Amino acid sequence: MIESIPAAPARRTIYRPPELLADRPTHYCPGCGHGIVHRLIAELLEELDLADRTIGVASVGCSVFAYDYLAVDFVESPHGRAPAVATGVRRARPDAFVFTYQGDGDLAAIGTAEIVHAAARGENISVVFVNNGIYGMTGGQMAPTTLLGQKTTSSPAGRDASLMGFPIPITEMLALLPGVAYAARGSIADPGWIGRTKAMLRRSFELQEAGAGFSIVEILSTCPVGWGLTPSASMAHVANDVAAVYPPGVLVDRPKADADVERAAVAATAGAVAATAGIAAGGQTGGSGSATDRTGAED
Amino acid sequence: MSSTLSPASTDVAPAAGPAAPLRPDLMKGNEAMAEAAIAAGCDAYFGYPITPQAELLETMAKRMPELGRVFVQAESELGAINMGLGAAATGARVLVSSSSPGISLMAEGMSYLAGSELPLVLINVMRGGPGLGSIGPSQSDYFQATKGHGHGDYRVPVLAPSTIAEAVALIADAFEIAERYRTPVMLLPDGVIGQAMEPVLPTWRLQRRIANDWELTGAAGRAPRVVRSLHLRPEDLEAHNQRLQAKYATIAEREVRWATESLEDAEIAVVAYGSAARVAQTAVEQAREAGMPVGLFRPISLWPFPSAALAELAPRVRAILVVELSAGQMIEDVRLAVEGRTPVFFHGRTGGMIPMPGEVLRAITRTWAMTAARAAAVVPGATDLAGSEPDPLSLIELATWVRVEGPIPTPKPGADPRAAVLVGDQGARR
Repeated sequence: MIESIPAAPARRTIYRPPELLADRPTHYCPGCGHGIVHRLIAELLEELDLADRTIGVASVGCSVFAYDYLAVDFVESPHGRAPAVATGVRRARPDAFVFTYQGDGDLAAIGTAEIVHAAARGENISVVFVNNGIYGMTGGQMAPTTLLGQKTTSSPAGRDASLMGFPIPITEMLALLPGVAYAARGSIADPGWIGRTKAMLRRSFELQEAGAGFSIVEILSTCPVGWGLTPSASMAHVANDVAAVYPPGVLVDRPKADADVERAAVAATAGAVAATAGIAAGGQTGGSGSATDRTGAED
Repeated sequence: MSSTLSPASTDVAPAAGPAAPLRPDLMKGNEAMAEAAIAAGCDAYFGYPITPQAELLETMAKRMPELGRVFVQAESELGAINMGLGAAATGARVLVSSSSPGISLMAEGMSYLAGSELPLVLINVMRGGPGLGSIGPSQSDYFQATKGHGHGDYRVPVLAPSTIAEAVALIADAFEIAERYRTPVMLLPDGVIGQAMEPVLPTWRLQRRIANDWELTGAAGRAPRVVRSLHLRPEDLEAHNQRLQAKYATIAEREVRWATESLEDAEIAVVAYGSAARVAQTAVEQAREAGMPVGLFRPISLWPFPSAALAELAPRVRAILVVELSAGQMIEDVRLAVEGRTPVFFHGRTGGMIPMPGEVLRAITRTWAMTAARAAAVVPGATDLAGSEPDPLSLIELATWVRVEGPIPTPKPGADPRAAVLVGDQGARR
């Protein structure tokens, strides 16, 4: 694609489609968010130079065909089992970059045991969790993430908490587990959030490369056909209604938190060193200098 | 007495053995199977605790990390089989083990493995069912193992050892078959094989690796690969199924295994596999001492089932007695193979109960007597047995005899229906 742009001194490429992404229409419905998420993944795999080592794990749902659009090795998993399949891939091939691509029915209903225990083990994988609050592929039934009052083909009068329970904030639940290095929620509702979501995915991918453990990026997405909304109204729905129930943002970043604690400790030690040095300079304790030196060395 | 073993098509190079004569080790079946898998080159093991296979998981938990190989205790049997699927997709040699209720949970994964054409060995140390059942040994998973464990048109090669030493040998073969045909393979010992201790010659074998063009390594320098079972266009899925069926036809032709014992002059053949075959073996010897020429036919591959060998045997014997630790599952394949050329009788125990040889001998003697009309020789006392009640230990026996011996006679009012059936049976025969 880039070759087709005539080289001219006045022009420079500031953006191009990622080569890992198939250059053809997807099977996704108009206004579906999967195309955007696929593109973010393709961009990052290129930018981080991961494609040659990547093994993706496709799950059951509309996005099972992610392997038709992302030009990396893929294995298909049974419904909900992607984190278990990814565990097998990761353990058997420690040099690979491994990600799962799962929807909310897959991850937050049938696959709860697999996602919870992969997270609890701190499996060094990246989970891309696309939450559109509905079972899109099977005709728009209620998902565990469906909002209260939301009408679906299996909650025709709207989701009633007394009969159907409450939406599951599963990413918050996972964020509690010590094995989870990073948990964040992004959105495709607008370009700003798409950019922030890409940054979240980048953090997740980089943490896997650093061997930090399990990470998950939930991405609030759309299902215009399942929701009975136009594509633009669907985007507004994500921004206004869905985001109110599932607030976007970083839920936990343990390596960063640890680094912050470490920095604070270093700063505190530095302060103590300075203070001790000041005292020592005052001539009150002759041996304290070597003691603080040791503290510094241990840090 | 002579024994024969069907030719095995697997071509396995034995690992370089020690120069000194081998000395058998006394090993527990589950531990021996774990060690055999390790020796065969198993790269990754995934499991979940369940009796009576727990020592297999425990042995792997200790040994695999020592060797720098993969061990994960999964959150469930679903997790274990799908971890196995993921590891197998990268070309790793994978072992998963469980017991009957856990195997039920793995049905989904086995279907995906078959559809995705991934090699994997699954050991099912069978216990009694249905439901939570018992932890005693059983062969009640024959249907589950051989008749479509999960959804879809697929087959899984099933190997059933009758000794721990045979289980050890079959594990190497199971990996070979799995990788040669790109298929999951099930090893089907029962709880006796898992829990008993027997001398095992440490004749461990390392399986050769077969080069392949499908494993996932990351698409460096080549086109991306996809391991999948989804073919949404009906035309595509039918073509995929036709390819699978062609593969199964090859397996059915080449991977049939069975063993025989004293069948040359046998007038009655006992058909049994696994632990049941060992009990039957003793009963066969006792029957011969009592003057009844009886032999044993022992299927080793349950799928593919040794149908042709049994069909060839059927017209040469006057009856077949199937002995199983189940309510009668393999007997259906025996009957299909025999196609009515000889009557097929049954003796089975369930729930974790194991028949004593004397009990099987009684079933042999009854079979002998019930079919004596076709043979000149009559064992003294057998006629009495023929008229006696069916063995109360084998509740199945009655129903099977009715099925085998013809139409169910109408019981007289007030009469014990079981007695009526038997009287009717004998009346019809005479």
